[in-house]
Amino acid sequence: MAVRGSHILNDMPRILLIEDDAAVRRAVQLALRHHGHEVVAASTGEEGMNYLGSFRPDVVVLDLMLPGMSGLDVCRRIREREQVGIIMMTAKGDSVDMIVGLEAGADDYVVKPVQARVLEARVRALLRRLDAPASGAARPRAESHGDLTVDRAGMLVTHRGRPVGLAPSELRLLLALSAAPGQVLSRQQLLEAVWEHSYHGDIRLVDACVKRLRGKLGDLGAPRYIHTVRGFGYCFRSS
Amino acid sequence: MFLGKARAALRGGLRLRLVVGFAVVAVVSTLTTGALTFREARTGVLQQSQDAVVKEFRDSVDARAPGYSDRPDQSELDSMVQELAWTHRSQQWRFLATYANLRAVYGPQDSFDALTPELQRSVRTRPAAVFQRVRQDGQAYLVVGLPVCYAASATAAPTPSGLVLYLVVPQKSEQLYVNALVTAIERAMLPALGLAVLLALLVARGVLRPVRALGRATRRMAAGHLDTRLAVSGSDELAELSRSFNDTAAALEHSVTELRRMEAQARRFAADVSHELRTPLAAMTAVTDVLDEQSSRLDRVTGEAVRLVSEETSRLARLVDDLMEISRFDAGAAELALDDIDVAESVRRTLASRGWPTQVTTELPAGPLRARVDPRRLDVVVANLVGNALRHGAPPVTLRLAAGSAQLPEDGWVVITVTDRGPGVPEAALPHIFERFYKASAARTRSESSGLGLAITAESVRLHGGRIRAANHPGGGAVFTVELPRHGGSTAGTAHDRREGRDGE
Repeated sequence: MAVRGSHILNDMPRILLIEDDAAVRRAVQLALRHHGHEVVAASTGEEGMNYLGSFRPDVVVLDLMLPGMSGLDVCRRIREREQVGIIMMTAKGDSVDMIVGLEAGADDYVVKPVQARVLEARVRALLRRLDAPASGAARPRAESHGDLTVDRAGMLVTHRGRPVGLAPSELRLLLALSAAPGQVLSRQQLLEAVWEHSYHGDIRLVDACVKRLRGKLGDLGAPRYIHTVRGFGYCFRSS
Repeated sequence: MFLGKARAALRGGLRLRLVVGFAVVAVVSTLTTGALTFREARTGVLQQSQDAVVKEFRDSVDARAPGYSDRPDQSELDSMVQELAWTHRSQQWRFLATYANLRAVYGPQDSFDALTPELQRSVRTRPAAVFQRVRQDGQAYLVVGLPVCYAASATAAPTPSGLVLYLVVPQKSEQLYVNALVTAIERAMLPALGLAVLLALLVARGVLRPVRALGRATRRMAAGHLDTRLAVSGSDELAELSRSFNDTAAALEHSVTELRRMEAQARRFAADVSHELRTPLAAMTAVTDVLDEQSSRLDRVTGEAVRLVSEETSRLARLVDDLMEISRFDAGAAELALDDIDVAESVRRTLASRGWPTQVTTELPAGPLRARVDPRRLDVVVANLVGNALRHGAPPVTLRLAAGSAQLPEDGWVVITVTDRGPGVPEAALPHIFERFYKASAARTRSESSGLGLAITAESVRLHGGRIRAANHPGGGAVFTVELPRHGGSTAGTAHDRREGRDGE
């Protein structure tokens, strides 16, 4: 995984917008530019994938309902290569399940119609996830939890000596959980800490992300690192 | 009492009624046939036997009459009787001869009780043989009276001589014959009765089977299985009834399907409209921030217009959002994302995030009150109820949260009560308060809410398996009460829950 510098917050964040509806595309582009982002807009998944290499976006804002290559496919294809942040745009009543989108690797989602300042806040939160260490800069560079090594300063995670490519929210979730091994964190606490959502945010974000994280750590079936504490939340413990 | 019971039993079942009916018919017809046959047979038998007796008696007397004197004395009468008795000794005939005051019988102890005065009278008045059947001491007898007449010539009318001979014949064999006939009829009745009952049962089965099938099918229809049909066989009235039932069921199914289709169409239309409105709204909503920020830099009128567009766009977005939410409830697509949370904390967060803590008095439990609910929907429920109280009621608005209530157990339910001190809800409006777009008063036609807030609240509560109700406080003001099950409720086990269960430990 490429180490991202802390320049992102200082420079103009680069956003790739993939949205098929021309009016929505223009409006979101206009609003995000107004908030000081550099935006490139694409109307199809294929076009968006082309921009990925040349534009090098920090965040992709992706409409889940696209003609041609579906938003889900785009999401998966981006995740295969890049650890870029992905925010899905969905609409209530869409036939595509938002959960599937989250499991395909999206970091966050917004529901259309969305106000620019809400989208902007989500983008900022996601960029912060990519940037600064979660907490405790004074901690040793790398912590070991069984086969798992977490390097907070370098934002690197290795499992059995191999680097694990984690999406921004996955990384942040792992950092939040492993910062206090043995401590149970509720889904609401994780929503606030990792996604900067309100207390009443969508807990399915947490569950979907935990599932993805477990998948990448080979932790499905009988979890060794991230344990579900029924009725309370999640707890990090290497066993 | 017995009659009443019998009548109840007759009403009770078709099978019993048929059996009783068939049995009655069998008994009546056997008895009638038997009685008629018996009467004819008996008459024939008796007629024949009495004719034979009378003839033999007359022949016997005719053969001896020329030897009798005109005025017989006692000894002559005795010898007459003796002679006759001797001739017919094998037949157990008993004779009596009378002439004026004289009587002669065979056997001293024979009193001839069977001889009735009518017979004697009849013999005296008519110059012919007279007979009568007499029953005495359970034994049937034939009594024959024969006046002895003299004829001057073959053509002249005979003149009675005054001598009358009587004969009494026991009719034992005839009685036996008749008894046998009665026994035969009685015996014939039993198999006829049995056959009738058997037939009745068969007929009952034939009738009852389709009737029962019809009953079962009707009940199935009532239970909602509109595709219920009967197998029709034959072409009798019951088959016709089954066919009519099938036709009715088909028509009903068609109507219901049509109604459902139309209802689904109407709902789909609402969902589609919302869906279509959403895309332009998404574009408009995205730029409201830009408008808001820039409006202050525009001239007064343009700025005002821009702010209006921005505000109304947000309102429209909320309305469409609520419509989509309602459509999801209607389509049964609404899901619960259940989580165990501290409801007290959730309520505090809801109020805080909307800047209401100073406007609302809270009565929350001291410690955490944990329940398995959908946190986002709980937020909507609390926010809608408190928002409603703030908009339409009057301060102080009080939110009370408790585990259980007077009627509900503490460990099973969470009860949230929102009260205000306003004018309350008009009584007529109370039953409709949770209906869509229902406005309790005309003055409220334009409010900040979409008109769907309370409907969504009620649906959210129901989705949790909970209950919601609105009432007026006796001291004034509206009281909204929400009861939520603490352990997921009846609709627990949603898709999210199952997912959660799979990767849990």
